Amino acid sequence: MPTTLTRLLSLLAIGACALATFACVPALERPTSKPIGYYDARHFLARTGFGPTAAEVRRYAVLSREEAVAELLRDARASARSSPLTRPPAWATETGALRLPRGESAPPEERQAFRQEQIRNGLELRAWWLSEMLASPSALTERMTLFWHNHFVSSQQKVRFARLMYAQNATFREHALGNFGTLLRAAAKDPAMLIYLDSAQNRKGQPNENFAREVMELFTLGEGSYTENDVKEAARAFTGWSLNRDTGHYQFRPGLHDNGIKTVFARSGHFDGDAVLDLLLARPETAEHLTRKLWREFLSEEPETHEVKRIAQLFRSSNYDIETALRGLLLSDAFWSAGNRGVLIKSPVELVVGALRQLSIDPGPALPLALVSAGMGQNLFSPPNVKGWPGGEAWINTHTLLARKQFLDRLVRADAVPAVWLGTFPGTTSAEQMQAAQALLLPLPPSSRTNLGAGEIPDAMTFVRATLLDPAYQLK
Amino acid sequence: MDRRAFLKSSAAIAASGLEARFGFAAAPPGADYRRLLILVELKGGNDGLNTLVPYSDAAYYALRPKIGIGRDHVVQLSDHAGLHPALAPLVDLWKERRLAVLQGIGYPQPNFSHFRSIEIWETASKSNEYSRDGWLTRAFTAQPPPRAFAADGVIVGSSELGPLAGGGTRAVALVDTEQFLRRARLANALSEARSKAVTHILEVEANIARAAAQLASHHAFQTQFPSGSFGSAISTACQVIANPAGVAAVRMTLTGFDTHVNQPGTHARLLAELANGILALKSALEELGKWNDTLVLTYAEFGRRPRENLSNGTDHGAASVHFALGGRVAGGFYGSAPDLTRLTADGNPPSALDFRSVYATVLEHWWNVDSRATLGGRFAPVPFLTA
Repeated sequence: MPTTLTRLLSLLAIGACALATFACVPALERPTSKPIGYYDARHFLARTGFGPTAAEVRRYAVLSREEAVAELLRDARASARSSPLTRPPAWATETGALRLPRGESAPPEERQAFRQEQIRNGLELRAWWLSEMLASPSALTERMTLFWHNHFVSSQQKVRFARLMYAQNATFREHALGNFGTLLRAAAKDPAMLIYLDSAQNRKGQPNENFAREVMELFTLGEGSYTENDVKEAARAFTGWSLNRDTGHYQFRPGLHDNGIKTVFARSGHFDGDAVLDLLLARPETAEHLTRKLWREFLSEEPETHEVKRIAQLFRSSNYDIETALRGLLLSDAFWSAGNRGVLIKSPVELVVGALRQLSIDPGPALPLALVSAGMGQNLFSPPNVKGWPGGEAWINTHTLLARKQFLDRLVRADAVPAVWLGTFPGTTSAEQMQAAQALLLPLPPSSRTNLGAGEIPDAMTFVRATLLDPAYQLK
Repeated sequence: MDRRAFLKSSAAIAASGLEARFGFAAAPPGADYRRLLILVELKGGNDGLNTLVPYSDAAYYALRPKIGIGRDHVVQLSDHAGLHPALAPLVDLWKERRLAVLQGIGYPQPNFSHFRSIEIWETASKSNEYSRDGWLTRAFTAQPPPRAFAADGVIVGSSELGPLAGGGTRAVALVDTEQFLRRARLANALSEARSKAVTHILEVEANIARAAAQLASHHAFQTQFPSGSFGSAISTACQVIANPAGVAAVRMTLTGFDTHVNQPGTHARLLAELANGILALKSALEELGKWNDTLVLTYAEFGRRPRENLSNGTDHGAASVHFALGGRVAGGFYGSAPDLTRLTADGNPPSALDFRSVYATVLEHWWNVDSRATLGGRFAPVPFLTA
């Protein structure tokens, strides 16, 4: 790396800290009714969306915390309940029978053709979602849809029918900020989920515990809050839940259902699957598990036990209103505390979509972006396993970090964007504009070693490139 | 300052800082990571029954009327088992008794999902146990390889860290060294940590810088490496191994074994790629004088079901056959051949040898480190290594 860059970054870091524009200087306590200002607005939007633009940050800067949260949730609510802006591929909304070449008896050509069609559709689907993320007026809706995709995991690798993955995405979107109980019931009977967690193999007399185990461990209670026997008994309750391949919809098959008495969480009865979901929603661990997971998504890697309990209580008393949980988290002191700035690592999708949005770069076709994200370890609609993408530090290894940097490097080199973009920032000198731009792009001062010494002001491309390649740009 | 010199100096600075900060412990006197482990993943699930063919077993031909390999075609190793003809290049290795054939390797309650089953293998978990860290990560965390090594482990040709997943080890994933070096210019190791997340990124950057400074040995091999992606992965791996700085483990991947449809042609091509790749690897290691300090092990998520399907292929199975080879391998058969007349309800032979026993052999007998904590229990090593 040219030494001028190192010097430049140091210079900017020093300048930024001197102006108290960065989170390295503890934020002053301010009454919550006061406007949050530029830097808190940046933090708020970076955490709840993709990379914010300067205009978005300015819009929120004049609001109080309560107003900012209310505004964000209002936008998300409106967006989640309307159709996506980006038109989905035509096949995505087809109805009717799921055409699967019948098992192993189908001719090889037919199986091959089916496989290729689903691969093609899967690629279109990835491109569609990325386009929607780029276009959506509510980044939070997309973030929450992605959150639920990573919570109620299904993968096209196993489900195969891209159409079912689209339908599942629509369900997550519809309930993204709605009611968790409703979402849980919808996700449990979602056709892609029925395939992904082997509900078809779960029959009276030959239970398959896959769904019963995951619904407890991952979807509601969390590890350690149930016994093996609870899983076994719950699996019996879920027997008979299946997919009708002629309609492509959920169907209950009474003949396959075990109607006997089951004992789950020390309660006995002729439970069916819905009754078990009710039992899961009645347990306090469910709200805490979800609150902890949302904390990791939006606040930090280290949930504070006391605060989690408090917010989970709000969540539970609201009968699982997801907005209530989010409001609780976003208005908590921990969300705004200086110590929690820049402590989360952006997911590949956040990095890709965020960089394009932030730098106002015309993304062109979305498929290459979806593939870039997959190369960084996040292949939409194909999480690695039922636990989803582990996230956090696991996003970054030697290969994925270089893939991230290569993407950012190419982005800046691609055209004359940096100069024009930089020109939109306030400031009378280019050094001032650079400071303003860096304050938008980085949650922390640049990480480069602070060598003292004067450096010349670089050109726009050199500056933007250095800022994007700084480790701090990987953070939110 | 030219790039190489810069990378070197930045790596050195970053490395010294990191060691002070994270205090990599030196390996205990017993551990010997100068012995190299090379893992070869046969991705998709290799068909063990057509790899090592039980050519004297009528049940085999009954289960595989179309895709079975005729006894006239197999490369006979014993009076009942022989290699797929595409593996003929390995027969000299067998005669030198440097090829161990590990039969019936699997685990109880097999899972038939590619993703879940490879995770079980790579994290050395039980079928119903989820672990985030790879088995090599756990081993290297407990007993780190020497800090002078270029990296603890190198993943060639894939970004999935597999057995090296999780934090705490110096794992480098690279497709080819030249590309890695080109991209490594984008990493900036001259930095100071400010949060845990930044620390992690800087640690990865330091690993990149150190590896970039050390990995490309530009060794001129006499060996001709096969063409194709597996051949170039082997060539890349050999450049890494040729570096005097050292590395404890290398993982590479040969993809395409998920042979549900029209298996015979595909499988023959893949096995030929494997056999020729292994020969090139052996030849290159001999050039480097490292053949006697290298153990090559194949692995995969599962084998294929014994009964062929109606598409001239095979579906996901369970226990399978794998190879161990190297200058200190005691050649021969280990484990036991599947009894094809006694298949389980899902149509597979039960496993005869737990894959974690193979890992225990590597940990205890190859590297001389503890295996119990890494594998979550005691697994008896398999005596496929000479003293």
